[in-house]
Amino acid sequence: MEGGFGSDFGSSGSGKLDPGLIMEQRMTDKCFRKCIGKPGGSLDNSEQKCIAMCMDRYMDAWNTVSRAYNSRLQRERANM
Amino acid sequence: MNRKSGVGTRPLHRRTQIRRKVARLTRKMAELGEADEAELQRLVAAEQQKAQFTAQVHHFMELCWDKCVEKPGNRLDSRTENCLSSCVDRFIDTTLAITSRFAQIVQKGGQ
Repeated sequence: MEGGFGSDFGSSGSGKLDPGLIMEQRMTDKCFRKCIGKPGGSLDNSEQKCIAMCMDRYMDAWNTVSRAYNSRLQRERANM
Repeated sequence: MNRKSGVGTRPLHRRTQIRRKVARLTRKMAELGEADEAELQRLVAAEQQKAQFTAQVHHFMELCWDKCVEKPGNRLDSRTENCLSSCVDRFIDTTLAITSRFAQIVQKGGQ
């Protein structure tokens, strides 16, 4: 029951609440905080690069956290 | 269940034949319906579990990203990965610790 990429990202096109949308909103929040210091007149090159990297790292982190949670759940079930 | 044919049994009226056939088919369809319904319940439960899991992961990310990730680089280094894993475990430990102690406090009549 690992939360991998496939089902959680991307649009279903059905108009319902899209699971990828939550990911997008949170990613935007976190990456804005990490990458944009004093807001200027536009996003400069380093900021844009940072945002791109941040998005990738956010998804990597998501997978790491997913795996860790899954492992913990299995461990707890094994102990019951 | 078929009637035994033989001497003395009249052939059934056509309407009765049809009625019995419908009853047989209806029972069969009901059996299939039950199997489908059970399967549907299983699927719904599985989807709910997946949704809960995903929601929890989002919650962990809220807390652990800030704690563990500095400036986003080309990849997550092992220190960051370990921090993220530990973060999940420690949060769960914290939850368990608070839950049990809080229950004790409430039991003692404190507020």
